Amino acid sequence: MAASLRCFLRSGKNTVSALQLRDFHRSAPAAVQMTVRDALNQAMDEELERDERVFLLGEEVAQYDGAYKVSRGLWKKYGDKRIIDTPISEMGFTGIAVGAAMAGLRPICEFMTFNFSMQAIDQIINSAAKTYYMSAGLQSVPIVFRGPNGASAGVAAQHSQCFAAWYGHCPGLKVVSPWNSEDAKGLLKSAIRDENPVVVLENELLYGVPFEMSEEAQSKDFTIPIGKAKIERQGNSITLVAHSRYVGHCLDAAAVLAKEGIECEVINLRTIRPMDVESIETSVMKTNHLVTVEGGWPQFGIGAEICARIMEGPAFNYLDSPVTRVTGVDIPMPYAKILEDHSLPQVKDIIFSVKKTLNI
Amino acid sequence: MKTMLAIISNALCRMTGRNAGAQTVSELLTDLSEFVDLTSPAAPASAQTQRLPPKPPPTAVSTRAAAVLLVSGCADRPGARVVVSRSFADFTPQATFDIKKCDLHRLEEGPPVKAELTREQGLQYYRTMQTVRRMELKADQLYKQKIIRGFCHLYDGQEACAAGIEAAINPSDHLITAYRAHGYTYTRGVSVKEILAELTGRRGGVAKGKGGSMHMYAPHFYGGNGIVGAQVPLGAGIALACQYQGKNQVCVTLYGDGAANQGQLFESYNMAALWKLPCIFICENNKYGMGTSVERAAASTDYYKRGDFIPGLRVDGMDVLCVREATQFAADHCRAGKGPIIMELQTYRYHGHSMSDPGVSYRTREEIQEVRSKSDPISMLKERMLSHNMASVEEFKEIDIEIRKQVEEATQFATSDPEPPLEELCNHIFSKNPPLEVRGTSPWSKLKSVS
Repeated sequence: MAASLRCFLRSGKNTVSALQLRDFHRSAPAAVQMTVRDALNQAMDEELERDERVFLLGEEVAQYDGAYKVSRGLWKKYGDKRIIDTPISEMGFTGIAVGAAMAGLRPICEFMTFNFSMQAIDQIINSAAKTYYMSAGLQSVPIVFRGPNGASAGVAAQHSQCFAAWYGHCPGLKVVSPWNSEDAKGLLKSAIRDENPVVVLENELLYGVPFEMSEEAQSKDFTIPIGKAKIERQGNSITLVAHSRYVGHCLDAAAVLAKEGIECEVINLRTIRPMDVESIETSVMKTNHLVTVEGGWPQFGIGAEICARIMEGPAFNYLDSPVTRVTGVDIPMPYAKILEDHSLPQVKDIIFSVKKTLNI
Repeated sequence: MKTMLAIISNALCRMTGRNAGAQTVSELLTDLSEFVDLTSPAAPASAQTQRLPPKPPPTAVSTRAAAVLLVSGCADRPGARVVVSRSFADFTPQATFDIKKCDLHRLEEGPPVKAELTREQGLQYYRTMQTVRRMELKADQLYKQKIIRGFCHLYDGQEACAAGIEAAINPSDHLITAYRAHGYTYTRGVSVKEILAELTGRRGGVAKGKGGSMHMYAPHFYGGNGIVGAQVPLGAGIALACQYQGKNQVCVTLYGDGAANQGQLFESYNMAALWKLPCIFICENNKYGMGTSVERAAASTDYYKRGDFIPGLRVDGMDVLCVREATQFAADHCRAGKGPIIMELQTYRYHGHSMSDPGVSYRTREEIQEVRSKSDPISMLKERMLSHNMASVEEFKEIDIEIRKQVEEATQFATSDPEPPLEELCNHIFSKNPPLEVRGTSPWSKLKSVS
């Protein structure tokens, strides 16, 4: 309950004002609460139904209902042909998925976590991402790579890496990083319908979190365009940019800062590549201050790229202070809870950085 | 004849300081024959038959009625150049040849040990192999002239593999290979012109100059892959698509003896067998993975057995008929829903690993020479057809001349076609995408990309 209430407050919407727009006789807009997990499940279900070329493969996706239950019920509904359990052979099954995409199918290739995608990264980059260019348009690869990315809880160093920066580096790939349920459903559907390789970086800690799904988002044709960021909260004092789980942290920080009169504009990147720098620039030209927040390591990360792009564009002249990056600590992820908690950005770190950036 | 060859060979040796093998000498004679007139009376009215046509062969299948002039060659009328040919009825339209028995792994029966060859097929295989041969030799030449740059892995010596496989599958089947791909690019339907222009990096190349030697594509041909072994899971995936789409197609997935030790192959074998994918895994064993001989790279060099639970065949890859029969057998196996199968083609490459490898530091010239003289796939086919009276020497010569002309014309195009325009630098990043902006080398350089 607390979680959903928090989500509702974060969304910046006001039920009262929403109601006022409607006729007195009509009922309130039928928004429902849906977890990210269910949103992803719904997205895949709808796309599997819509296009018979779509299929899902990965470890435990079929009979186990998904390692994190994201594909629950799909095997029962669609059977062995469309939902395929693979052996533990990332390089092999990723290559198989890419080959199937080249030959006319539309695979969704699930990695149990993106840490394991490292074993298959050659197939993702060299066989999928680069092929359309190398063939000068003769061979397209309509494939989706999805799975949980970044830190979880207590899974330690080998299972906690954030791959946004690595995949975001490569031309030929699209990379999306949803935060809430609407993001998850809309971006995954767009990814499946896209003719290109798309990496969908989910977050395990968000799977069980319910968010409001608008009526529009409940539609079978609801998609979110890849390459467009969303302003989650309007503000004038400072711009906060984040992706995935840290969008939530930024909204929490914004709620606290609002009590002190600091109004943060929170931008949910939604897409890492191609990045919507324009939205960030427009915001910075209004607020004059920028803080980026991410879970990944600082060096060569998302924040680093945003800094460089802001400097190269028109927004630089509007900055009243250098851009601040809030990132994960530059260490492999430790196990002990107290250490893990201090390895990732907390709400208080964001608040601290905002105040430092504003020189308060 | 032998003495003449020896004389010419010795002369070449003296001139070049290098051994001139039988192949070189015969090529020289073929080249010279363009300028040597076959003198004869030109008048069509009086056709002199050299000899009576032989009795029609038992399996006469030729329905061609037209008899062609038969003209005798005389030395006393220089200047007149006439096509010499014999009546079609003279040639054996079809013959059966013994082929080497394949070694079997987990198979009760293998491909047949006899192969039938019609005259038309023989000439077509000859033409295909000779085209690939000449195209590769031209690529060698262009590379040495620095007109082709980067990687160039030549296929000469292995022509029987590409030609034999293509003869046994349908154009609607699928094929994927590694970087030694020019031969397959041709057999899968790309013209010599487009291949050479891709090698020279011109806009008329099959990939508009953006791919190069290792990245050429065609319908149902998936390249051309640069990462050793990566094409094998891709091929299994294409086979999955074949199975999924239910069109009774198979995927031929090729790799070399070097790639045979990659882990992802074994992952692919496992899944292909589990799911009974219609995938023909073919190992082109040319005895060397770059500079490492098979004995130094593999604990087991029985590549046809390396699939363990997958049945396998070891095939003489220098004999186009053997390759064809084995591929036919393998394709039937897959189409019957029995799952994947492995073929090992024992073959040989005359060139080094690539153009930067002379190819003689890890093997002897004598070895190369021996394969050339005893097992050359093109010579083997030609001798078979000649000895069975399926075609004439002159016919082959004509084909050679035609091919030479074709390759020359392709070279002309490949060396004169302009390079791709700079405006297209960033195109083809994404498929079916609205145009996007791409960062150039500096922040002020904003380039445009269209699909």
